[in-house]
Amino acid sequence: MCGETGINVEIVVPNQTRYLSLIGNIAEQVAKTLDVYTGDRDALAYHLNLVLTEAMVNAIQHAAPGDTHKTVRVCMYIEDKDLRIYVYDYGQGFDLNKVPAPNLDALNERGRGIFFMRTFMDWVSYRKTDNGNVLEMYKKLG
Amino acid sequence: MNISTEDRNGRTILNLGEERIDAHNSGELKDYILKLLEDGHTRLVVNLSGVRFIDSSGLGALLSGYKNASLRSGSFVLAGLQPRVQSMFELTRLHRVFDIYPSLREVPGND
Repeated sequence: MCGETGINVEIVVPNQTRYLSLIGNIAEQVAKTLDVYTGDRDALAYHLNLVLTEAMVNAIQHAAPGDTHKTVRVCMYIEDKDLRIYVYDYGQGFDLNKVPAPNLDALNERGRGIFFMRTFMDWVSYRKTDNGNVLEMYKKLG
Repeated sequence: MNISTEDRNGRTILNLGEERIDAHNSGELKDYILKLLEDGHTRLVVNLSGVRFIDSSGLGALLSGYKNASLRSGSFVLAGLQPRVQSMFELTRLHRVFDIYPSLREVPGND
């Protein structure tokens, strides 16, 4: 769920890849407003764009097969130095703990999306909710 | 996806006219590269100078191009990576796989 104070951005879009740039660009713009972040804000903007893009693709891929009417809901919540991102899907879900770290020396064309999320966020979880699943990411904006 | 190609000194240069390569257009890029290779254009240069964002599927599409060019004893070169895009290659160690040049001008035989 989204918080009720601080910066709270909630977006609902059809579960189609054409909306990836919209979600990613909003994440970038939010990152650029974060005065509390003392690091490289342009890098943070890219990284949030990336993790939101990957999370949304993940949600689209795990949606119910053939159902084009489903949506993806994305929520970003920032309070003080806590950044939380929630990406909700309504598909069958998957077990995040069973996704291995990629072998970066192998030339696999897939398998780097979760790796990016784990790299750029402090932690990532995926769990079932009453009516679907939520991928949650947290980052301390130190 | 907005792609233009030009043949120069025995190489085919792909100029990507997109700021983002992500899961929305990476499949098209992958297919486009494969079609070029199948049509005998086996020395490819991908000009990424206009690309400011790439995700995991974009890296995968370029990796597919690299592998398919190698299978045909061809070459697959990247040029003009912006710093953030370059950092994605470094994080995933793909900068060790691809031949990467700062700009098209610096690709051997391309001046």
